Amino acid sequence: MKQKQRPLSPFMIGPYYKPQLTSLMSITHRATGVFLSVVGAPLLLWWLIAVSSGPDAYMAMQTSLGGWLGSLVIIASVFCLSFHFLNGIRHLVWDTGTALEIEKAYALGWVVLAGSLVLTILLSGALL
Amino acid sequence: MSMTNPLARARGMGSAKEGVHHWYAQRASALLLIVLVGWLIFAIFSLSGVDYPTARAFIAQPVNAAFCSLLIVTLLYHAMLGLQVVIEDYVHHPVLEVAFYFLSRAGAFFGMALGIIHVLKLALGA
Repeated sequence: MKQKQRPLSPFMIGPYYKPQLTSLMSITHRATGVFLSVVGAPLLLWWLIAVSSGPDAYMAMQTSLGGWLGSLVIIASVFCLSFHFLNGIRHLVWDTGTALEIEKAYALGWVVLAGSLVLTILLSGALL
Repeated sequence: MSMTNPLARARGMGSAKEGVHHWYAQRASALLLIVLVGWLIFAIFSLSGVDYPTARAFIAQPVNAAFCSLLIVTLLYHAMLGLQVVIEDYVHHPVLEVAFYFLSRAGAFFGMALGIIHVLKLALGA
């Protein structure tokens, strides 16, 4: 019997749901996590290796990251760190079974968004 | 609240044995990372605008060296577990899936070793 193609358990982003803060922040949590793994962590390691390798290596790293592209990479990494850090705490709160009501999930979501914006500005200011 | 149905509870088989470990390890490392990323934020503010010798001396301090090496190990472990889920969810080509899985693990373990070696080098004043 040929089964009819039906949208079963559709993906949260797509034509079946209107965009929701909760689903958008969920996929952003993944995206920022991937960015941190692929760009953020290597950047941290690069900094550490430059510090341990001597003044010349440290200067070379600062020169490489000195341009607008370097600033962009730093700001993006800092945003991903801020968002993933604060939203991760939101997820850990959910894991205890609390704040799962829609209003609370949204309220915490806005707190996380505002907090990650503030943290991004503060950390970018300290780094750039 | 029990998540198992009555028959499964009567059989007492529990879960598929392994799923909980990944879930638990992801959360345990996340809890640790709250403290360790807290240290990273403290370090970024402390080192804002300082010269090279000050940055070097900061990481060389035993407490900071301990935090820094723990941060790198925990961060890469957490990243490795997270990447695994993303790969499982979105990479449907079996060869690519295994390749990405291997690369993410190998990269994470290599980064851990590299990070520990460089923190030790700084902490021991080499």
